[in-house]
Amino acid sequence: MSALPVLIVVTPLVAALAPPLLALASVRAAKAWSLAAQVLCLALSAAALRAVLAGGPLRHALGGWPAPWGIECVLDAFSASLAVLVAGLSVLTGLYAWDWSDRRSPVREGAFQSLFLLLLAGLLGMLATGDLFNLYVFLEIASLSSYALVAAGPGREAPLAAFRYLLLGGAGATFWVLGLGYLYALTGTLNMADLSARWPAIASAPASSAALGLMVAGLALKMPVFPLHGWQPGAYAAAPPQIMPFIASAGSKVMAYAIFRLLAGTLGAEGQAGRALEALAPVGLLSVAAGSVLALTQTDVRRMLAYSSVAQLGLLFVGFSLGGRWAVIGVLWHMLAHAVLKSCLFMAAGSVARRRGSCDLDDFAGLGRTAPLTAACFAAAGLALVGLPPAAGFFGKWYLLRGALDAGAWASVAVVAASGLMTALYVFRVLERIYLSPPPETKRVEPLGPWSAAPMLALAAAAVLLGVFNEPLIAAFIEPAWLAATGGRG
Amino acid sequence: MSAFHYAACGALFLLGLHGLLWRPNLLRKLMALNVLQASVVLFYILLAAKRGASPPVLAGPGPAEAAAFINPLPHALMLTAIVVGAATTGVGLALIIRVHRLFGTLQEPEIVDKLGRS
Amino acid sequence: MGDWRLFAAVSAPLAAALMSLLLRRVPAGPPAVSVLAAALQFSVLLSLLPGTLAGLPAETAALPLAAGAALRLRADALGLLFALVSSGLWAVTSVYAAGYLGATGERRLGSFYAYLGVCLSAAAGIALSAGPLAFLVFYEILTLATYPLVIFTGKPAAVAAGRKYLVYALGAGQLLLVATVWALWLAPGAEFVPGGFLAGRASPAALSALFFLFAAAFAVKAAVMPLHGWLPAAMAAPVPVSALLHAVAVVKAGAFGFLRLTGFVFGPALTSDLGAGRVLAWAAAITILVASLRALTESNLKRRLAYSTIGQLSYIVLGAALGSTAAFAAAAFHIAAHGLMKITLFFCAGALYAHAHVEDASQLDGIGRRMPLTMGAFALAALGLAGMPALAGFLVKWNLGWGAADAGRPWFIAVLIASAVLNFAYFFPLVHSAFFKGGGPLRLEEASAALWGPPALTALGALAIGLFPDAGASLYRLAWAAARACAGGAP
Repeated sequence: MSALPVLIVVTPLVAALAPPLLALASVRAAKAWSLAAQVLCLALSAAALRAVLAGGPLRHALGGWPAPWGIECVLDAFSASLAVLVAGLSVLTGLYAWDWSDRRSPVREGAFQSLFLLLLAGLLGMLATGDLFNLYVFLEIASLSSYALVAAGPGREAPLAAFRYLLLGGAGATFWVLGLGYLYALTGTLNMADLSARWPAIASAPASSAALGLMVAGLALKMPVFPLHGWQPGAYAAAPPQIMPFIASAGSKVMAYAIFRLLAGTLGAEGQAGRALEALAPVGLLSVAAGSVLALTQTDVRRMLAYSSVAQLGLLFVGFSLGGRWAVIGVLWHMLAHAVLKSCLFMAAGSVARRRGSCDLDDFAGLGRTAPLTAACFAAAGLALVGLPPAAGFFGKWYLLRGALDAGAWASVAVVAASGLMTALYVFRVLERIYLSPPPETKRVEPLGPWSAAPMLALAAAAVLLGVFNEPLIAAFIEPAWLAATGGRG
Repeated sequence: MSAFHYAACGALFLLGLHGLLWRPNLLRKLMALNVLQASVVLFYILLAAKRGASPPVLAGPGPAEAAAFINPLPHALMLTAIVVGAATTGVGLALIIRVHRLFGTLQEPEIVDKLGRS
Repeated sequence: MGDWRLFAAVSAPLAAALMSLLLRRVPAGPPAVSVLAAALQFSVLLSLLPGTLAGLPAETAALPLAAGAALRLRADALGLLFALVSSGLWAVTSVYAAGYLGATGERRLGSFYAYLGVCLSAAAGIALSAGPLAFLVFYEILTLATYPLVIFTGKPAAVAAGRKYLVYALGAGQLLLVATVWALWLAPGAEFVPGGFLAGRASPAALSALFFLFAAAFAVKAAVMPLHGWLPAAMAAPVPVSALLHAVAVVKAGAFGFLRLTGFVFGPALTSDLGAGRVLAWAAAITILVASLRALTESNLKRRLAYSTIGQLSYIVLGAALGSTAAFAAAAFHIAAHGLMKITLFFCAGALYAHAHVEDASQLDGIGRRMPLTMGAFALAALGLAGMPALAGFLVKWNLGWGAADAGRPWFIAVLIASAVLNFAYFFPLVHSAFFKGGGPLRLEEASAALWGPPALTALGALAIGLFPDAGASLYRLAWAAARACAGGAP
């Protein structure tokens, strides 16, 4: 028994109560409170990861009911690593958002901080729970806070974008619950570990395939991948720019985590459901192709980044479907790299949106001269996303390709390679504006405050450093995460 | 329970999905989402239902026959799901009010039209 | 750690790049730093020469870069040859670029020299890479660092050229990535070995596919037809960039890749067993002839030089493909020979443009009497490229001819002869009109020393390595050492 898996969830959940009240007194205090909670969360996650790496998974049976009857909270190397990543990104986003404020009223700012903490609690809860229904509850905590956060966006389009997100997100969650009903009817258990042990017995039942299909589709809707991405570009473009570095990077990774947790249990099982992972491949391939092409056609850079996420998340599906050791390590690395890079890109895009009120390609014109720091961060993260060595994005592709060769999956090899070139096309479209177009002749440009600049710089530096030091990081974190996720199978 | 019950459940599910995707009115979309969620709640209740069984309340001391009771767990799960559904509906309604204040209508094509013009 | 000198050789240009940015407000700062760094790099490389010639190349410790593949630098004969050439020519270009940019009124010296430094660092990295992963990393850095130089002027033509270049080069980069992962997947942890490391690792069909994947990736940078389209377009860059990158560092990186491919990844024996060498040789031969014909039709000086480069690069590809020792040595030596001669030609074209605003072959009449030093250097280099005895180009053609005969494919000698004739055909009219046409009195209006000095120096260099190929940096010996090693010691 260890309290850490529960504490990392309870901390932000409880802390979320205070900001609306604090904000009435002082907006600064509300922000400081929320940031402190996030830092505490990061510290707890890091302590949990340390403990997990040293002594194996941490478990906590809620209410004293032992698994599989009670709800179990469990952190293993896979979920604990992601928890550190998610908490870390929340701290960086919290810093980034420090000197942004909603000028409309302090109440809104307090609510904003509350929702941010609730989103964090929901995502960490999804990581920490060992129970599939409990995961749904945390999923909805995270989702409901996301809807509200998107709706807080500055433009007139924000409420409609949030409503569309809510409808599809709600449908996705319902799919998950329905699929879970089938699984429960088949096995009588909701515990992830217990279910994994029961897969061989039920994998040939048609209902198990239906269950997996529904559940994966539900999360894929929230992730999202093509063709379930309809809500996402609008929501990413309408949301408050200061929260996007977190939503765009952490949310999708945790959805991917849940999908993989669910499907990893089927690895090696006989029957149709045993090959459930393979069914992800065509979705992933399609997502990479469609996302990249759609990204190229956008004029709003945040929408472009949103479609880019569709493509990059498709790569995760491609890697999962291969299932082999190096493919999965590639996927895990890509989750880390993409989270860092997208976060940095959205910080840069957010800074542009803040200065100019919109985030079109034309707003990036001449940025290299008017805002060299923002421009450089966008360029560094963008190039890392393209996969230029030795930046972080390169090694995701490197290991994915290795995994694809292990599996003899030539279509995946082709798609991973093509995705690099497609990414380059849409990234350089922006870089050309940044460095080659003349800046617009408008009012003077206010320089970026240190609070916004520091996390963006840190992420841009991480974009390169992570790649250079990928080998020790893989040995220390990714390999244990892979072992925890798949049990060494595949 | 009979196939009829499950079929009715499935019909509700499809009805909800259809409304959610194709109805132009935002309020109807939200109601369709509620129908969708309700169909899943019914599905769970059907899973737990058992003819001639009683709620799992012990009448007195001594061992009890598990087969005589219905499974309480799906009911407990659905209580939670209903709460989540209510919360979703609440957020959805709040958003609908915002949209209506901004655009004066709840017909999605009209809103998109107005957004495009601004 | 291993031998620190290799790290110094790769990082000297990088340090120069940083210093250039810091000193961008000092007019003479960036060029001076660049020349100093180049001199430092060149002397460090020279100090590596004895070990390499003695068969004990210096190497660094293996730095773990990816699980299962390390990054190591090694100064083997072929690598050292390429590194010496690019380092030496970088020094000359640094001087020249200061004169050229000054004459054309360009003020962004700091960023120009910074990008150039990054390119040269990457080129040195490519040259000294001990294995495929390191090679790939530096290759991609080179791709990226060249882009800002292609679009440096910011003119629409340059931006369009930059786009074209990126699509070609990044596309090739993806192919190289797949090929590298595949090669290392077949032979885990492998490094470049003279004679190759892939023999017997997979079925011939798979190995052929892998070979052509590599070849396609290198063919883009080495501008083998039909993947050459970016190079003439990239002439929109400032002349020093065309001179150093589009005659030496970037395009030679592709050609060097072919030498690594046939000599050190597949090995000459496997390359010819697979039949891949024959296909590649014909592709190179066709490129040599078509590019030379195409050069005849270009009246813009830089574009004519670009097509000449495309043809000449395929000499190296041809030598790598033929697989015989003499051909391989000729190809390796051509890195130096063509580098010296083509950079001379580009320098001269740049001097003509910056000083006399001459861009087109039709404007050359009588220019030789106004700018005798510039045009003298041009004439010398042009004759050398065409293969005139006593100049470096002749040695290459001679050995390549022998190599073709050795490889049992003497018909490639006919290609070489045809190419020599075409080379004369597209260079001689230029020289002729410069010196013997247009009339007018002899008026000395030579460009500034920074513009005529470097080409004069490189032209003399071309003459020197033609006459005394083993003197100084022993480039010819390095070429033969690499070739013999790949052939397994046989002559």
